[in-house]
Amino acid sequence: MAAGGAGMARELTRLTAAEIAAAVAAGDVSAVEVAQAHLDRIVAVDPDVRAFLHVAGIGALAAAEDVDRKRAAGEPLGPLAGVPLALKDVMTTTDMPTTCGSKILDGWRPPYDATVTRRLRDAGVVILGKTNMDEFAMGSSTENSAYGPSHNPWDLTRIPGGSSGGSSAAVAAYEAPLAIGTDTGGSIRQPAAVCGIVGMKPTYGGSSRYGLVAFASSLDTPGPLARTVLDAALLHEVMSGHDPRDSTSVDAPVPPVVAAARHADVSGLRVGVVTEFSGGGYQSGVRARFTEAVELLESLGAKVVEVSCPHFSYALPAYYLIAPSECSSNLARFDAMRFGLRAGDDGTRSADEVMSLTREAGFGAEVKRRIMLGTYALSSGYYDAYYGKAQQVRTLITRDFDAAFEQVDVLVSPTTPTTAFPIGERADDPMAMYLADLFTIPSDLAGNAAISVPCGLAPEDGLPVGLQIMAPALADDRSYRVAAAVEAALQERWGGPLLAQAGELGEQAGGGR
Amino acid sequence: MSITRDEVAHLARLSRLALTDAELDHFAGQLDQIIGAVARVQEVAAEGIPPMTHAVPVVNVLRDDVVAGCLTPEQALSGAPATEQGRFRVPRILAED
Repeated sequence: MAAGGAGMARELTRLTAAEIAAAVAAGDVSAVEVAQAHLDRIVAVDPDVRAFLHVAGIGALAAAEDVDRKRAAGEPLGPLAGVPLALKDVMTTTDMPTTCGSKILDGWRPPYDATVTRRLRDAGVVILGKTNMDEFAMGSSTENSAYGPSHNPWDLTRIPGGSSGGSSAAVAAYEAPLAIGTDTGGSIRQPAAVCGIVGMKPTYGGSSRYGLVAFASSLDTPGPLARTVLDAALLHEVMSGHDPRDSTSVDAPVPPVVAAARHADVSGLRVGVVTEFSGGGYQSGVRARFTEAVELLESLGAKVVEVSCPHFSYALPAYYLIAPSECSSNLARFDAMRFGLRAGDDGTRSADEVMSLTREAGFGAEVKRRIMLGTYALSSGYYDAYYGKAQQVRTLITRDFDAAFEQVDVLVSPTTPTTAFPIGERADDPMAMYLADLFTIPSDLAGNAAISVPCGLAPEDGLPVGLQIMAPALADDRSYRVAAAVEAALQERWGGPLLAQAGELGEQAGGGR
Repeated sequence: MSITRDEVAHLARLSRLALTDAELDHFAGQLDQIIGAVARVQEVAAEGIPPMTHAVPVVNVLRDDVVAGCLTPEQALSGAPATEQGRFRVPRILAED
């Protein structure tokens, strides 16, 4: 390809999803050219970033060809037709392996597509491959992946967040304009925040869990990651909606998130700052950027008040009882009988022994810790004091939200207490790792909507800080409206997106043709 | 409340995890620390507060009782570690004694 071609390919990877969709629909560029540009970018930078566990080059080009063929035939195209996407490896796919970052599912090819996968395909979204994650979505750094960590494109020695860290790294490294993540305790918002991109946890039940390999069923929520608020909203709309195959799917219209992302106006909106999250424990640069973001909202016409949510300080302990309890039950399915790894089956050992040997060999340390913790919390004699009490705390946290949303339209906080930490720093210190989810967990426990949008760099380390905007259940559009207003005002101040301030990744020789 | 190494070994057996001795030593300390931290939920006065199991209260979600598509036997067996005559082959389930 000529020099001009390389320049164009680079340009294509810098476009937003909305721009790509418009260009494909107008015939300015083919979906195949767009897919090829992103596949080339993956070849060039993924040896360093390691966002992908599987790249589906042939499948992606075939899906792109299909979009081009439909366009040529004059068939209607969806709003994201021809846009490449990185899919978290926790969503089942018939044409790609689904490992959940675990050795126990190494190479597993599911016999069915997740509803989210199916909806993406039907919409003409081009799935580039499957992204790395903490094993079974348990972690905040991707260091719990059996296949090694992903790296933060802002600083390759640091974590990209987790558990959807492959997805956040792929989007921040321009390997894909869009990605799917899943959020159980912050696993979309925290990686989005530390990579300087947008990540949204929809209302629980707003997006389908069918084909999402379960970690904590009452919390797991798929959602979008993108470089702009509008792109996240476009993906949110395409992937969401009632699914009869998920018994907890909400049978209600998808909130008008795209319109809200375009509305981007907060004048007269009531914004609450959570008193309990104003205490210590933050990195100073996170606090500084958060304070500025609140001042910005005021300058844009929002009315900011402080709101107390007294039980939020118990969200972290309640979560680390509820999520492990559900995980200990859900992961019982990995029994070495129906799918996945089987170890030690030498013809003399019993099913029980083979099961224990397989789970020992197939699960990593964090998964083992959580299975045992959940087994403990659910044991007779401890149930009332741990699991039962945590469920009551969950009610109290939801009531705190209900009371807060009588006074304000949205609540704001920093998304994470610190910026991206160095790979290895917390790898074998579970309690330190758990603190990364301090501010994101309450919305998971209550099941409401929350987004993270970039709000600047911490001066001490030059790394991205995220602003979290929490909204009532089924009011996902409010999160988008506020996030879009913040994004527009800050980009005017910065003269472009925050991600433009990240250093260029070195492209590998032979790549980026 | 603290947890002993023996209790962790018991939890591992209940969890069907054939942990090594080194793992037991390592996890016992970590689980003790985590359980100490999560026990904070017991500080909350929650008398009379109903437990919340789910964010969205839903009851008995059933589909219409009509025949619908499902996996073929070949698809269902496609990821199995071992199969025999169109079935999952499993190690012995009953003890010999």
